[in-house]
Amino acid sequence: MRLTAVDRRAADLGLAPGMALASARAMVPAVKVMAANAPADLRLLEKIADWCDSFTPLVALDAPCGLLLDVTGASHLFDGEQAMLDRLRRALKKQGFAVAGALAGTALAARALARYRDGTVVPPGRDSEAVSTLPVEALDLDPVTVHAFRRAGLKTVGQVAGRRRAELTARFGSGMVFALDTALGRADLPISPRLPLPDYRAERRFAEPVTDEKTMLATLNLLAGRLGKNLEERGEGARALQAVFFRADGSIRRLAVQTGAPTREPALIERLFREKLDALADPLDPGFGFDLIRLEADRTEPCRDEAAALGSETVPQKEIRALVDRLTARFGAHRVLSFEPRDTHIPENAFAAVPAQYARAGRLGWEKMRSAGEAPCRPLRLLAPEPVSLIGGEAFRWRHVTHRIRKLEGPERIAMEWWRDAAPDRDYYRAEDENGRRFWLYREQGLHWFLHGVFA
Amino acid sequence: MSLKDQKIMALRAALAAVEPHGVRVELGVPRLDQALAGGLMRGALHEVFASPSHEASAAGFVAGLCGRLGGPLLWIRQDYAGLECGELTATGLFELGLDPARLLLLRVPDAADALKAASDALTCAALGAVVIEVMGSPKQLDLVAYRRLALAAGESGVTAVLLRQAATSSGIGGAETRWLVRAASSEDDINWGQPAFDVDLQRNRHGPAGHWVIQWSCDDGVFRPTDRGAVVSAPSDRPFAAPVAEASAA
Repeated sequence: MRLTAVDRRAADLGLAPGMALASARAMVPAVKVMAANAPADLRLLEKIADWCDSFTPLVALDAPCGLLLDVTGASHLFDGEQAMLDRLRRALKKQGFAVAGALAGTALAARALARYRDGTVVPPGRDSEAVSTLPVEALDLDPVTVHAFRRAGLKTVGQVAGRRRAELTARFGSGMVFALDTALGRADLPISPRLPLPDYRAERRFAEPVTDEKTMLATLNLLAGRLGKNLEERGEGARALQAVFFRADGSIRRLAVQTGAPTREPALIERLFREKLDALADPLDPGFGFDLIRLEADRTEPCRDEAAALGSETVPQKEIRALVDRLTARFGAHRVLSFEPRDTHIPENAFAAVPAQYARAGRLGWEKMRSAGEAPCRPLRLLAPEPVSLIGGEAFRWRHVTHRIRKLEGPERIAMEWWRDAAPDRDYYRAEDENGRRFWLYREQGLHWFLHGVFA
Repeated sequence: MSLKDQKIMALRAALAAVEPHGVRVELGVPRLDQALAGGLMRGALHEVFASPSHEASAAGFVAGLCGRLGGPLLWIRQDYAGLECGELTATGLFELGLDPARLLLLRVPDAADALKAASDALTCAALGAVVIEVMGSPKQLDLVAYRRLALAAGESGVTAVLLRQAATSSGIGGAETRWLVRAASSEDDINWGQPAFDVDLQRNRHGPAGHWVIQWSCDDGVFRPTDRGAVVSAPSDRPFAAPVAEASAA
């Protein structure tokens, strides 16, 4: 067993990651050890990354213990770069983390500085100056290369950078030169943010955290209004929206709603979120309050003006769509369904219940089975086939009740689709019992009887 | 005619004038429509009980009512009802003459959610009818719940149909009408006729109770009397009469 991480006091006592646990115990008998749990660490890191979302939307994980934030164009919201960095470090320290941070022109430079010069903010264009005094280890190269630099007497990044590039490339490969260039701010490697940047977003910060649901909904309405204005300029409407609640103590909560058609009406959006909030299994816990609420449009679609759309959609249709959206926000898309025909003769697959928000008028129409004046040929209620036992051809027993057959009609043979799965064919019968109840029974392979449905 | 009778007649006429026009939908069976004072009332709450193990027939009767009411239909059903009585099928509804494209199905975990969803849906005036299918007698279904549904239905003009599976009618409730439905046998032993229902109108706010055997004509979407259905008549002018003995047994 080896040490994977040590805290500052352990490091002062001479312990270091990679050391065998036995030798660490020999050096410091009182050492306190905890089993490493990399997945849990990653989850924690992701949580911190979520929290950092309130500073900038571009956050990338730098596993195992770093985060890269692209704050381009965001620092002025926090009174400048130095103030922003200080605020971030202070807030994380308050949450109990040991933090080191730096701000520089490129991600690699900032990372190198964070490790060796905590709290540095490099003015624009001065990256190479700031980084060149760092030891070569700061470049995060493989140990063999670092060892080679040390043997050659190149102890700082500046000394390495002073060598001729051709020499370096010949000896260490182009990868190392690129790493050096990025660290010095000569080349840039963009970070890859973990969450895609939404096209539209609006947010509101609160000096005094809010705890009241009414205020939260009013805020969402306000944000939806701002978002709607942006959407309108581009002639679009939102199909999927997400509200992000940043709690003062660092935990965040996301709520997503979807709409059946592009929407930008604040009242409608607020209503959907109210339904969602109402139906949450674990209610939104404001704790000490939310200090930032953000609304994002994750998916947008072109949406014509109300005036232009007047002819294409009637008011009742719109009302029903709004109802579907509300019910979906409350119960989930899998519970609000509409029916679509399917091109198969297998009774249980002849129609599909699809989420009503996504339902589209299909090519297929409904096919009538019965001829005029005849009773329905398909049951109103369909069960998973339940085995029944036939008693002498005159009665059958289903769910512990004997039904005497007064009328029997069939068979209607339905062959299974052999190209999909090889199930035996079914011979369907309509049966009416002495009380007038009508059942749909089928026989498989001439001997097993099942009850598949009940007619009205 | 005594003075009292005249007064009653005048009051009845005044009441009939207050009721908005077109608020009742004829079901198609003359004697039944007569008992209902012209037909099934729109924008009201109707309650349909299924006789034990006649759940599908009750659902068929409700589908028929909704077919008469017309317009888009929202069918709210409890998950347990789907397991116990079978899933509602689009093909079956289409065979009964309803358009599955105008049906929305909402599956809810329990009765509380069903009632919540129903009171929301009943505000949407674009719907023709809302069916609420619940199993048993949940405690949420109290007088307040009935009142709420009836009020919501009255305000928007959307008809609410409460379909009660595996429940016995306790006699309470603020529904406009209360029915007990079971399947009826086909007319003869050879032909498969149209779906037939044995309906018992147990409570009727604006008319007498009664008992009929009717069938649903899938081709033209109306209820029709069967030959045997005509035998039953109800005592007139007794809105809350006890259900008449099953005369069709004769």
